[in-house]
Amino acid sequence: MKTTGKITGIIANLVIVETEGNVAQNEICYIKHGDELLMSEVIKIMGEKAYIQVFESTRGVKVGTEVEFTGHMLEVTLGPGILSKNFDGLQNDLNKMEGVFLKRGEYTYPLDVKKQYEFKPLAKKGDSVKAGDWLGEGTENWIPHKIMVPFKFNGNFKIKSIENKGKYKIEDTIAVLTDDDGKEHKVSMIQKWPVKVPIKAYKDKPRPFKIFETGIRVFDTLNPMAEGGTGFIPGPFGSGKTVLQHNISKNAEADLVVIAACGERANEVVEIFTEFPELDDPRSGRKLMERTTIIANTSNMPVAAREASVYTAMTIAEYYRAMGLRVLLLADSTSRWAQALREMSNRMEELPGQDGYPMDLPAIISNFYSRAGFVYLNNGETGSITFIGTVSPAGGNLKEPVTESTKKAARCFYALSQQRADSKRYPAIDSLDSYSKYLEYPEIIEYLNENLDSKWTENVHYAKDTLLRGKEVFEQINILGDDGVPIDYHIKHWKAELVDFVIAQQDAFDKTDASSSFDRQSYMLEKIVNTCKMDFEFDDFEEVGAYFKKMINQFKQMNFSEFDSDDFKKYEKAVEKTLKERRVEEGSEEDEDKAEEKSKEKKSAEPKEKDDKKESKSSESKDEDDKKESKTAKQKDKDSKSKKQKDKKSKDK
Amino acid sequence: MEQDTKAFQRVYTKLFQLTKATVSLQASGVGNEELAIVDGRPAQVVKIMDDIVTLQVFQGTEGIATDAEVIFTGKAPTLKVGDDLTGRFFDAYGSPMEGSKEIMGNEVEVGAPSVNPVRRKQPSEFIATGIAGIDLNNSLVTGQKIPFFADPDQPFNQVMAMVALRAKADKIILAGMGLTNDDYLFFKNIFDSAGALDRIVGFINTTENPPVERLLVPDMALSAAEYFAVEKNEKVLVLLTDMTLYSDALSIVSNRMDQIPSKDSMPGSLYSDLARLYEKAVQFPDGGSITIVAVTTLSGGDITHAIPDNTGYITEGQLFLRKDTDVGKVIVDPFRSLSRLKQLVIGKKTREDHPHVMNAAVRLYADAANAKTKLENGFDLTEYDERTLDFAKAYSEKLLAIDVNIEVEEMLETAYQLFAKYFSPEEVGMRQEFVDKYWKDN
Ligand SMILES: Nc1ncnc2c1ncn2[C@@H]1O[C@H](COP(=O)(O)OP(=O)(O)OP(=O)(O)O)[C@@H](O)[C@H]1O
Ligand SMILES: [Mg+2]
Repeated sequence: MKTTGKITGIIANLVIVETEGNVAQNEICYIKHGDELLMSEVIKIMGEKAYIQVFESTRGVKVGTEVEFTGHMLEVTLGPGILSKNFDGLQNDLNKMEGVFLKRGEYTYPLDVKKQYEFKPLAKKGDSVKAGDWLGEGTENWIPHKIMVPFKFNGNFKIKSIENKGKYKIEDTIAVLTDDDGKEHKVSMIQKWPVKVPIKAYKDKPRPFKIFETGIRVFDTLNPMAEGGTGFIPGPFGSGKTVLQHNISKNAEADLVVIAACGERANEVVEIFTEFPELDDPRSGRKLMERTTIIANTSNMPVAAREASVYTAMTIAEYYRAMGLRVLLLADSTSRWAQALREMSNRMEELPGQDGYPMDLPAIISNFYSRAGFVYLNNGETGSITFIGTVSPAGGNLKEPVTESTKKAARCFYALSQQRADSKRYPAIDSLDSYSKYLEYPEIIEYLNENLDSKWTENVHYAKDTLLRGKEVFEQINILGDDGVPIDYHIKHWKAELVDFVIAQQDAFDKTDASSSFDRQSYMLEKIVNTCKMDFEFDDFEEVGAYFKKMINQFKQMNFSEFDSDDFKKYEKAVEKTLKERRVEEGSEEDEDKAEEKSKEKKSAEPKEKDDKKESKSSESKDEDDKKESKTAKQKDKDSKSKKQKDKKSKDK
Repeated sequence: MEQDTKAFQRVYTKLFQLTKATVSLQASGVGNEELAIVDGRPAQVVKIMDDIVTLQVFQGTEGIATDAEVIFTGKAPTLKVGDDLTGRFFDAYGSPMEGSKEIMGNEVEVGAPSVNPVRRKQPSEFIATGIAGIDLNNSLVTGQKIPFFADPDQPFNQVMAMVALRAKADKIILAGMGLTNDDYLFFKNIFDSAGALDRIVGFINTTENPPVERLLVPDMALSAAEYFAVEKNEKVLVLLTDMTLYSDALSIVSNRMDQIPSKDSMPGSLYSDLARLYEKAVQFPDGGSITIVAVTTLSGGDITHAIPDNTGYITEGQLFLRKDTDVGKVIVDPFRSLSRLKQLVIGKKTREDHPHVMNAAVRLYADAANAKTKLENGFDLTEYDERTLDFAKAYSEKLLAIDVNIEVEEMLETAYQLFAKYFSPEEVGMRQEFVDKYWKDN
């Protein structure tokens, strides 16, 4: 018999229940409020008293009302029909709900019980199987969907019988398994799983070793994501987290995408509902919506369900990973989930940690991130969950608990910069502050050099160095003034701008520029790096900006044109022409001063011959710094500029 | 205010605990969030523990005695909605401020659940305000929610009234929270003299009313908005002013309830509390819509304070008002302002080059800001810098200032004129096809 109880206290959506019988932590229960059933979860047990968080508004709820416990934790239903659905955080099918407004206590079945799905056995009678093993296969949209031995099945089983190829409803029995004790278990196309428990039906979880293509240059080129990797995007409001995530979800190299809209705007979810059924998946040519599932727990929905929503999404991702698919999981924003935890923790009068968040927040976050990953399944196939979450730090300040906890858990960090967003340099990721730990993995480096371009990693580092040098000289220019620094500084600054505008910046709303293939990225990177390695000649610093702006504009037109199209080539030619105007070919005569400047440029650049590659980056830039010193000193006494500057300089001393 | 006395009402007369804002008593059969009248003052159930019910008294508890009469009404806050709401002003409880004529209509619970996301439509209708700082750079769309971020000395209420009157809304619903009496009269007069009173409904809490009452105002306004948008398929514009004062009231309450405050002594639930209101902005499939334009006053332009910060994370952008001392006018700051829904309409409902013109102009304005910094640091300006500064001034005067009132097409033309006057096409860096099509050398 099911345990029941009676309400004895109500504070917002925390309800206290006097129970008669056993209850379990995280058990689901229903408040019988009139003819409405309000779903809740046990979050604390003190003697006879169970503290439950209600996933709905508690308006009107009274003391003495009966509560019925279900005997299980919050579970999702896994089976064919999940794809393309719009669920709320508790996996209710939003499309099945009646009326325009959400109704409290209305729960809808996530799948379609009446629909027939194809089933083709992959295993046969007599096979010995265990949890997660593939029994058969159907198709869902165009994606192969495996019917597996339920994850809850413990131990070894023998297939007693299995259905033939045909069409079945999800609740039909498609196989009967016998356990070691000879007991029979029926298996249908669906199974249930508690969301807070990771699905571990795989053999091995190696370190990620493959690159995950997103089509976005700040990721792929500058700080790549690995398949099965984890990353997070913190950023102040309006800096572009959601646009970036949507863009990734459209273009990434994934078999399917699970999007958890966690406590964010409903209109952003509507955007997906509206656009994805129309947009083509760049890889399969099918509609994007066919490979997408949305878990929408928008900010106006009850707070407690927000926490559930990210777990629901993760569990669905794990289910598809066990089928050998590459799953991309996106959560926007994990801060809202953390805030939901905070609200509850406060209501329960727990001892608060930093900023009022629960003490165990870091552990909760790392546990969650650790569920992502690349896996070898028991049958040797592979599957992956690549997870990217956003974080919305209060006041845009990254020194806050959610950002800090996430930084410990995720391997890639994509820092959005308010300043870049303000100057509309989109995506506003600061490539220098950001990092991808995967870029240090030897297996990833090897993968990149083998699969993309033998010079790939070298070029990437060169581009990043160019950005870094550009940043350093720009600071100098700001301190010393435009004419207080050698022309070379301006050239360095503009070379960095070139990398920024052509590689780092990308127009998410331009149909062509929105996504860039690896081939294209590799081609452009090579072009830009080569340009940065060139020497240019100018008489005066004002010429530098004007010249580079023109060049940047031409490169950008290339970005806006189809790869390798006539337009693309036209602008490429225009760039060549521009380069000729100022480029200094090696070996031409120069006056003393310029020659010196040049030789310095050359040192850090150009080594066309392969063996020069060995020269290590760090020694190179150190060399560079020394030169800079002497150069500035030289420039200083060469032309003592305006008085203002002198004042400024002495101030700096 | 008076409540109807109904049969099922239960009356108690024994309070055993009183704080500044709450009273507690022994009572049974009481529902969470139920309304009650304590000594004639409206109150709401905020906590029930066994048979002890705690009520928040909106006007405060001064002078309430332990034997005061407590009447439970058996229901959560409600509003009577009907067509005769129009042209009238109500208090925080939805009672008419002038005239005693009660509203005929259905009684609806305020603060009810929101729209199922799959029943929403993607907003796509451009709202023209004539203000280029808004229409050109931060275009508004029906179903959007967006606040003005402004220091208290800026004319945000004036700008908001202007936007409301030009927006071609079927109904304008004003939710005044902590409005000064002067501002209340300003709104009344400006709507009256524009002949718009028949399109207005007001729910007003002025500085003369108790601050905690404010908490009911947006719920009332949004319930009225839902009536017109759903039942009548109307385009409704809701004005919420000032949401900072609303949030202050939230913090008063949570403080009195001994909750652990989070940043800036705001309740930890501030995000959810504000989102619940703002998310009522919606485009319905049948043509009705609720658009929310709000005001969040800042202190000293600080947007990292918990109120603007949480607001920014909820709303679809923000309009930042700033006084540009170079031209002596209040402008819509192009850097810090943002309309997130603009891409749904610009270049689609407006001319194709709109987004590109907008971006180019803002980029050049940013160059001018850099030049300005240089100047302030005592450095020489380049010839390009000088041109950007001239451009910035003209741009501010002709396009960003809030007193501009022109059509979008004219805004675009004006921008091209300014580009051509100060720059070459390369410097502006627009897509070649648009340069070929629209660029005019003057
Ligand atoms: N890559 C981009 N290209 C062009 N515009 C962009 C880009 N990224 C962001 N924007 C602009 O910035 C706005 C805000 O972006 P977005 O909604 O992604 O911010 P956010 O970081 O998710 O903010 P919040 O935390 O409030 O949700 C967009 O509506 C768009 O106008
Ligand atoms: Mg966002």
